[in-house]
Amino acid sequence: MGMTERSIIAGSKRVYLKEKAIAGFLLLCAMVSVVTTAGIVIVLLYESVGFFKEVSIIKFLFGTRWEPLLEPRSFGVLPLLSGTLMIVVGSALIALPIGVLTAVYLSQYAEDRTRTILKPVLEILAGIPTVVYGYFALTFISPLLRQVFPSTHVFNALSASIVVGIMILPMVASLCDDAIRAVPNTLKQGGYALGATPFEVITQVIIPGAFSGIMASFILAVSRAFGETMAVTLAAGATPNLTINPLESIQTMTAYIVQVSLGDTPAGGTEYQTIFAVGALLFFVTLLMNIIANRVMHHFREVYE
Amino acid sequence: MKYKAIIAFTCAMGLLIVGCGKSGSKDHVPGVLTGGVSIDGSSTVFPITEAVAEEFGKVHPRVRVTVGISGTGGGFKRYAAGETDICDASRPIKQREIDKASENNVAFIELPVAFDGLSVVVSRKNDWVDYLTVDELHRIWMPESTINTWKDIRPEWPAKTINLFGPGTDSGTFDYFTEAINGKSQYCRSDFSKSEDDNVLVQGVAGDKYALGFFGFAYYIENTNKLKVVPIDNGEGAVTPTETTINNGTYQPLSRPIFIYVNPASVQQPQVDAFVRFYLEKAPELVSEVGYVPLPQLVYQLCLKRYSSGITGSVFSNRNTVGLKIEDLLPE
Amino acid sequence: MTGDNSGFSSGLKRRRKIENIFRIISLTITWVSVIILLVLLTHVTLQGFQRLNLGFLQNFPSRFPDKAGLKSALYGSIWLISLIFLISVPLGTASAIYLEEYGKKGILGKFIEINIANLAGVPSIVYGILGLAIFVRFMGLGRSVLAGSLTMSLLILPVIIMAAREALRAVPQSVRHGAYALGATRWQTIIHHVLPASTPGILTGVILAMSRAIGETAPLIMIGALTYVAFIPEGPMDSFTALPIQIFNWASRPQAEFQTVAAAGIIVLLGVLLLMNAAAVIIRNYFQRKYKW
Repeated sequence: MGMTERSIIAGSKRVYLKEKAIAGFLLLCAMVSVVTTAGIVIVLLYESVGFFKEVSIIKFLFGTRWEPLLEPRSFGVLPLLSGTLMIVVGSALIALPIGVLTAVYLSQYAEDRTRTILKPVLEILAGIPTVVYGYFALTFISPLLRQVFPSTHVFNALSASIVVGIMILPMVASLCDDAIRAVPNTLKQGGYALGATPFEVITQVIIPGAFSGIMASFILAVSRAFGETMAVTLAAGATPNLTINPLESIQTMTAYIVQVSLGDTPAGGTEYQTIFAVGALLFFVTLLMNIIANRVMHHFREVYE
Repeated sequence: MKYKAIIAFTCAMGLLIVGCGKSGSKDHVPGVLTGGVSIDGSSTVFPITEAVAEEFGKVHPRVRVTVGISGTGGGFKRYAAGETDICDASRPIKQREIDKASENNVAFIELPVAFDGLSVVVSRKNDWVDYLTVDELHRIWMPESTINTWKDIRPEWPAKTINLFGPGTDSGTFDYFTEAINGKSQYCRSDFSKSEDDNVLVQGVAGDKYALGFFGFAYYIENTNKLKVVPIDNGEGAVTPTETTINNGTYQPLSRPIFIYVNPASVQQPQVDAFVRFYLEKAPELVSEVGYVPLPQLVYQLCLKRYSSGITGSVFSNRNTVGLKIEDLLPE
Repeated sequence: MTGDNSGFSSGLKRRRKIENIFRIISLTITWVSVIILLVLLTHVTLQGFQRLNLGFLQNFPSRFPDKAGLKSALYGSIWLISLIFLISVPLGTASAIYLEEYGKKGILGKFIEINIANLAGVPSIVYGILGLAIFVRFMGLGRSVLAGSLTMSLLILPVIIMAAREALRAVPQSVRHGAYALGATRWQTIIHHVLPASTPGILTGVILAMSRAIGETAPLIMIGALTYVAFIPEGPMDSFTALPIQIFNWASRPQAEFQTVAAAGIIVLLGVLLLMNAAAVIIRNYFQRKYKW
């Protein structure tokens, strides 16, 4: 009860401090992500506030003319928003049906051999860089479209939508696959026991059961399409255009941000601030969609546990 | 233990990069130029500067030249802030840019490097346009223009919407075109497809039968298989831009000099000095190769003299240089 | 009992027909993905294959399509990936360790988790805007490799953190309990037992995150990497270009020859990605055999 005990206690204190320090350091590292979010919000809002001093937020959100550079200037973001929406809707029309059907097929019908081919294929499609998709749209899809629809412009929304659809397809397929697998097998077997055909089990048992997961996958995929940049910059064009004709050239919010930064307008000036105003719009819309999707997914997880 | 291996691997990678990168940069061989030259600005001038940079790189491989295409306006903003050594410009520097530069104690040596015949182009598939008068161009491009279809220009032309393409407002080409055609710089209708990237314009016009666009001559020459240039009638008959007509000044009002602006402070660095001299020396050859029109040999010599003497200030700015001869503007 | 179905018609024939039609439709549609991938790869290969030679990898970009090469882009990408690795792996691993081992029950932990989940869904161009405002302008790093690496690190940090967490979670609690029982402190169990065991999983996740980083273009454009660069970066503060940027540059030029060069660049990029993913799979398989809990 002398030296040994005292040295043990002294040692513990040192160890205790060291442990606390390490924990603190690790916490700091983890806080980087919080700082990042804070940074994004601060940067976007700070410059946007400056922007909205010059331009009324109503005019920004509801104006139909986007002309930030030439007189008479107009900062209505609707043409950019409609450009983005065209891509989003177009890609969703492609990715969602194909994705769900692929997931259904993979989980209900496919043999193992098919799965071993298809799973990697989907992973590869998901891993291809977006600039490659842009190139593909520009050099393959657009010329193809122009042969089918001669009135298609060189840069058009349809080509970019198709390619973005291909890009988000694996995400939909994989998330729907997870959702379908989470439906308890007992429900499925119950359906078969009652004499239902696989189609009926799928449409009346499985899909309703996996519905929230499928919905969540849709929202996440759409949110990804919203933020897509390279494919649309290469293929969709640089013309802010409020139109519903997918064969025309349009400009999305993301492509506009790229265009302005290529022209590198240095700090200050309303043009420079448009990067942040449009960026803020983009950020908050995708954030909202992601939050909703996560809520939906949580809801669906709870139901079965 | 595994994590020690990871740490060792990471350190090794770190050393590898540093080693790879710094291979030789420490050993300063006398006579071998190192350092950087930072250039930004006009996408019209870019092809020339790129060519010069590429050839320069063969002679001085250790010098790191970067060339951006922010547009003449964007280039000047960076130049005035002291961020770049050289500004590519397809129009003379404006007064407010001069003021901005002097606020930051940045001076400039103005050096014309080539003639450009700003070209008005249509798609190869356009078979009705034979020429356009300056007046017609003005009516097409002025603000509040009422011209929307080809028929509005001349009744015998198709009643199809004209799709207009042009450089953006950071572009010196845009400034010059609007000044020459509409009388005032940046005075223009706003409903056209804009891009700082001339390649986007080329593709847009080339693929659209009813398109009309304008950009630097080099971009037309590079793509004659896709584009058709429109002869311009300035009152003395339709003139097609060619090396001859641009050089002798008959292609008006769209012939113009294009420039580089050099920061005299940067010139203190040997690699920048070497680069500018190389530029002026190789200009006649590279300018033609790229597709623009070289200035008369005399002018290049005057430029070299001007540069060597470090004469700053602009002789092209703040005046309408349309139609003037460069030799007259540059003092001996 | 079995013969007469007069009162009850199950409509089996019609239902079976619908079933068959549906099955065929979903089968066809599923294979659409495979067909698309094949078409894409074939198109790119056909376009670019002729341009692929050793010279392509060793040349700098040029105004002549037949002389243009990937050298500066390759080295730029190598610089980027290396710096990104050095920044994001320690940071991401440390964050994951905190979240999994220390912060699981606290409100702070939950808050950080939510942040990470949200950050994972932010478009890459917003990271570019952040990088432009903070690293390029505010911190004055200019258009350097360092600014690019920092921006990209932030972009892939959520991916690394999530992968690292999965790897940490996969280590059975018995390992930790065993260490505690022997008197180890929390940090000692982590550094000597949990971390080594989860390293393969973390490494796999890191490689996948890196392969994402190599292909991202938008944030690099935002911080100003899109210029003519014909040299190899010699330090973190140098200007640079990268594989996807160079491809974007070439694809934007209207001359058909440059499209070919772009396709060749894409083949190289896809090749690099293939290597990285193969490496990840190999590591995963090797260590799965070693660490059979």
